Amino acid sequence: MSRPPARLDLGALSLARGGHLLLRKALLALPAGGTLEVVGADPELPVHARALARAWGAPFHPHDATVVLGAPVTPEGRWRGAVRSGAPGQVVAEPPATWGLAARGAAVEAGSPAFRFPWSRRDEVWTDEAGRLYLQAAAAQWDPVTAVPWATGFDLPDEVEDAVVQLMTYLVENEVAALLVPARFCAQVHPHFREIVQLLAIQAADEARHIEVFTRRALLRRPAPALSTAGGQASLQTLVEEPDFALASFLTSVLGEGSFLTLLRFLDHHAPDPVTAAVCRLAAQDEARHVAFGVAHLERHARLDPTLRLRLAAAVERRHDALRHTAGLNEEVFDALVVVAAGAWTPDALRRGWDAVVALQEEMDVGRRVRLRRLGFEEADAARLSGLHTRNFM
Amino acid sequence: MRPFVLGAVAYDPKVVTIWDGFKEFFDARGLAFDYVLFHNYERQVRAHFAGVVDVAWNSPLAWIQADRVARGRGRRARAVAMRDTDCDLTSVVVVSADDGAQGALDLAGRRIGVGAGDSPQATLLPLWSLGRAGLDLAATTVVRHDVLLGKHGDHVGGERLAAQALLRGEVDAACILDGNLLTFAAEGTLPADRVRVIHTTPAYDHCNFTVLDGVDEAVVDHFTALLLGMSWDDPGVRRLMDLEGLRAWRPGRTSGYLALEAAVDRFGTLDAFLASM
Ligand SMILES: [Fe+2]
Ligand SMILES: [Fe+2]
Repeated sequence: MSRPPARLDLGALSLARGGHLLLRKALLALPAGGTLEVVGADPELPVHARALARAWGAPFHPHDATVVLGAPVTPEGRWRGAVRSGAPGQVVAEPPATWGLAARGAAVEAGSPAFRFPWSRRDEVWTDEAGRLYLQAAAAQWDPVTAVPWATGFDLPDEVEDAVVQLMTYLVENEVAALLVPARFCAQVHPHFREIVQLLAIQAADEARHIEVFTRRALLRRPAPALSTAGGQASLQTLVEEPDFALASFLTSVLGEGSFLTLLRFLDHHAPDPVTAAVCRLAAQDEARHVAFGVAHLERHARLDPTLRLRLAAAVERRHDALRHTAGLNEEVFDALVVVAAGAWTPDALRRGWDAVVALQEEMDVGRRVRLRRLGFEEADAARLSGLHTRNFM
Repeated sequence: MRPFVLGAVAYDPKVVTIWDGFKEFFDARGLAFDYVLFHNYERQVRAHFAGVVDVAWNSPLAWIQADRVARGRGRRARAVAMRDTDCDLTSVVVVSADDGAQGALDLAGRRIGVGAGDSPQATLLPLWSLGRAGLDLAATTVVRHDVLLGKHGDHVGGERLAAQALLRGEVDAACILDGNLLTFAAEGTLPADRVRVIHTTPAYDHCNFTVLDGVDEAVVDHFTALLLGMSWDDPGVRRLMDLEGLRAWRPGRTSGYLALEAAVDRFGTLDAFLASM
């Protein structure tokens, strides 16, 4: 004896205007071999029900005023064989390539395509700090137009204004390098590590704002930026072209942006005008996060892989060798720093500026050594590696 | 040894993806397979009789062409498999929601928008069905939308043009496959509240895999068994089945082509082709 059919009354709702949702739900609820009688006021119900049944692989039996449908041949549909891509709050050690772009913890349909993400191992990219740092970064986004007192009047000697423009020119190209590095790895880290991808993305966005405000300051009183040097670009090229995630973040974030953090605070402190002070202070806030992320994930990585420190040290040495025949920090930038720190074109001021820049370099060295120690380097190694860091600062 | 060669009509670039995928599927299961793409079904049917292909993925109209040519030559054509979605289709005739027409007879003297002249679903079957319901077709104006003639309406473009012509008031009725009525409603081409179905054709069948007598039956059996064994639940083949638009393969049947047989007889659709064979 066959079971009486279940019944679905669509009322006035057309299957072509959302009624298919009710129909599918009712069909999926059928027991094996069960049937569903569908009634409704829409005269086109049989036409649409037939087309839907065919598309869903459900048996279809037309009657005069109603239609009867059977359970679809593949009731589980695309959920069958789907695998959970981990759990929302937990990252796995090696997410499969076929999890692709799926939200962490989503059911991924079987047969989904494999993506190629070179950085797919938790130990190479992860830090528990990433989620917190991302939210902090998202909350700290400032508007380049309103966050800086662009319209404030100030009067600088020509020599000092020229020095500011030279520094901004130097800062811009460094910021471009600092944008390209996270942007590239953002597209290479497995999206299972969502927080890392988010953090790299917002880091790139931070650098875009830095480029914006440094460019604006450069052009505030002068028609064009100043000199971009071969040595400076050669130093940055080694960062942009470093293919390894750990080595690139070490050189760029820990050593480079770490030194930059000191530099930007120095410029904030010694700035000869309120606009220069503001752009450097705002950029420094962001840089502190960039450095914190680099230190956090490399600290974890180095703890899990004791050979990492050897590779990091070798990378500093390699970069030093590669840059040995370049000029390092160019004269123009160094002199500009002295003049900016002097704030005036007088012998007394220039001497003060000179002393301040010498002290700045010592301060940078101290900062680098502290961060190297955090990554587990011995004091002597930290001192040696800090000394080998590029004279271009970044 | 020559592989088992399939013929298919290239009505869309995805056809290459589909048959490349099937080639991989058959090859991996011990059936040496190859395929040839044709611009139009007439060329494919000719090539089938010339022995260029062993099996043809035929539109319903191409099936009748092959069947009739075979009969005329004392040979035999056979449908060995089809998609579940090829069975029991209907086409509908729609008018504007505010049109007074209630049925086929109310279209007397009016303009009927159809798809390509060789489309079973968007032209031949609905016109035949309207005529059978008593409409004097000679007293109507049939407006054809000949997108990609030779592809027997596989390309949905002709139907979409007919639907758009209806909304613009250039025709009084449009002939559309039942499933496309839902598609057009969902994509906004033909909002559900703007049109009304006034006529539905009897159910009919669509494509099939056709073989001719003389083919190696053992290979055909292997081919058919592999097809019928495909499961949509198997993620390895689901992509192919999705592309080809089916949930399950079924053994071929030819009982669903009677209406189209009657339509082509009535309109003389195949006379020139059959005379040329
Ligand atoms: Fe920056
Ligand atoms: Fe940065």
